[in-house]
Amino acid sequence: MNLPLPWLVLLLPLMAAVVITLFLLRNPRFSALLSVGAVLVSFLLSAVLMGEYFYGSAPEIAVRWLQVGRLRVDFGLCLDPLSLLMLLIVTGVGAAIHIYSVEHVRGDPGYTRFFACMSLFTFSMLGVVVSNNFIQLFVFWELVGLCSYLLIGFWFQRPAAADAAKKAFLTNRLGDFGFLTGIILVWALSGTVSFAGLKQQLAINPELFDTMATVVGLLIFCGAVGKSAQFPLHVWLPDAMEGPTPVSAFIHAATMVAAGVYLLCRVFFIFTVTGSGALHVVSWIGGLTALLAALIALQQDDIKRILAYSTISQLGYMVMAVGFGAPPAAMFHLTTHAFFKALLFLGAGAVIHAMSHEQNIWMMGRLRDKIPLTYRTFLVGTLALCGVWPLSGFYSKDAILAAAWHNSKTLFAIGELVAFLTTFYMFRLVFVVFFGQPKSPLGQHPQKSRLIAYPLVVLAVASVLGGFIGITQFIAPLFPAVTESAPVFAPFEPFKAAPTAAWLGLAAFAAGLAAAFLCYARAESDPLPAKLPGLSRLLRGKFYFDEFYAEVIALGQDAPAAVLNGFDSGIKLLVRLVHGTVELSGRLLRLAQTGGLQVYTLLLAAGVALVLYLMLTH
Amino acid sequence: MTPIGLQHYLVVSVLLFCLGLLGVIVRRNLLVIYMSLELMLNAVNLALAAFSRFNNDLDGQVIVFFIITVAASEVAVGLALIVALYRRRQTTHVEDLAALKL
Repeated sequence: MNLPLPWLVLLLPLMAAVVITLFLLRNPRFSALLSVGAVLVSFLLSAVLMGEYFYGSAPEIAVRWLQVGRLRVDFGLCLDPLSLLMLLIVTGVGAAIHIYSVEHVRGDPGYTRFFACMSLFTFSMLGVVVSNNFIQLFVFWELVGLCSYLLIGFWFQRPAAADAAKKAFLTNRLGDFGFLTGIILVWALSGTVSFAGLKQQLAINPELFDTMATVVGLLIFCGAVGKSAQFPLHVWLPDAMEGPTPVSAFIHAATMVAAGVYLLCRVFFIFTVTGSGALHVVSWIGGLTALLAALIALQQDDIKRILAYSTISQLGYMVMAVGFGAPPAAMFHLTTHAFFKALLFLGAGAVIHAMSHEQNIWMMGRLRDKIPLTYRTFLVGTLALCGVWPLSGFYSKDAILAAAWHNSKTLFAIGELVAFLTTFYMFRLVFVVFFGQPKSPLGQHPQKSRLIAYPLVVLAVASVLGGFIGITQFIAPLFPAVTESAPVFAPFEPFKAAPTAAWLGLAAFAAGLAAAFLCYARAESDPLPAKLPGLSRLLRGKFYFDEFYAEVIALGQDAPAAVLNGFDSGIKLLVRLVHGTVELSGRLLRLAQTGGLQVYTLLLAAGVALVLYLMLTH
Repeated sequence: MTPIGLQHYLVVSVLLFCLGLLGVIVRRNLLVIYMSLELMLNAVNLALAAFSRFNNDLDGQVIVFFIITVAASEVAVGLALIVALYRRRQTTHVEDLAALKL
């Protein structure tokens, strides 16, 4: 067993971040090199770790971190299939995006800061992935949130970016509050915060949580709701698009937002204890989120926001899959989604770059001829996202839909509807951006750089082949309850295993494509607002969640604030009174302060005389 | 003639003390005030010496010596201060030295 290797995977990005921050802030070339190098080496080492796993390496390494009373916390590295898979995704997709960023962010005054933050994020995300206990996970969880904050607010001079960063941070905090409460509850009930320890205890005594089973599950789920932008805390993710596009691709599409789903899979055993109804809630929240976000995505005009809502929608799928008791399907979709959504975001970044920072899709058009490589890779990503056979998205989405088919017909219908909507809004995007007539001149720099092209191509290949590498089979042993042994390379397996789900999924794609073609193939502007004004307004208003929250916050916060303010004024009055009395007596006494020495002497003598008199007469 | 007793000394001492205090309060010139202060000290000395004599206790006289010594050094310091003050302000009148107010 090679001990330092796993540590190196984790610490290399951290070292890169530290070195860049301390020494290389004025050296863009080296900082980029260091950051990219760190994540690349981490990726290679992760691959080595994966290899070692097949030769039977230790699944867990831990050192004692702290012990306070009964609370014992390790700092551990968990190296089971689940975290190994995530390690590869984070470092692999991360490496592609880092390389892309070298060119994309070039010339920005915050270039080195960008790479320092990216490296720090990579470190934190890897920390989340390898954590073997709740406390360590939570620490990295918060670190990830911090990096997200820093990178959304990368252009902090823009008020919109600064606000979005704040919003993301605060919304996440809301979910994390529940998460932390859940962790404390778990510890209070079981006395351990380690995943393995807890799992063992639950295996021995499934009634451990007793009546709290559902509560524990839901509280832990709160953390995932915040991080993975599930309803009702989904509002932060679209705004997070104010950050640079590689950040959107890396953090807000491929990795960090998937951390919620990863968490659910990591602690899945909590949800399956006797008497827990949490999974039911999880699946419904996931399904609702998927539908809601897909609907909103229909009427967005900003290319990145469409993708952001699409991300929320796909995360909804994954959460729904966990809710069906099918974590392998969720992780499968997480993986393929990381590939194609990162690809789509990087493609969108290339489009935005080519359009001189124009993000409105209605200002674009006919980019197919101008940036053919971006167009082709973007199309691959779109097809994969829409679940077209035999691209990766088909298999992962089908796994989820098949799970839905077995569990809840209502949610299966929602899933199919979302699949239809996904195809519709994605091809709306594709038709408007890459086809039609050009609406504004191309910017200064059409894509030529290889640093931009390679990541796109690599991710496109991954998006195509991601369905065949046996991700489900790799993770499935961790979840003995849901083992379905399927052959690794089986392009036609879904049609045999769950034909309804597979065929309906493809039908949804065909219907969505046809609808999008009818509406948008030659559209100069969006026809929907004219045809369905009410619905369109509702969707453009994003179901008015932001406004609703603003109102709720106003009510829930302003009312107590007013009461407290009244209380405060009372105290202020009291303070004024004390202060006024003191001041008044001070002013009166000041009259005696003439500054004349002899007056003082006289008063002193009189005082002494008085005291003497009093003492002698009594 | 009644022999001179403790009371006589004390009366003289009180008179001297009050004269000194009066001088401190009413006179305007710092030097004169200073002299009046010395007068008050010596009034106290007289009282202490008288007590010492009539109570057959030497402690009072010891204190008198202390007071004389301290007064001597105090005069040195005080006079130096007055000279310095005069050099700075060109006056030794207390009405002009009313900086001790808000």
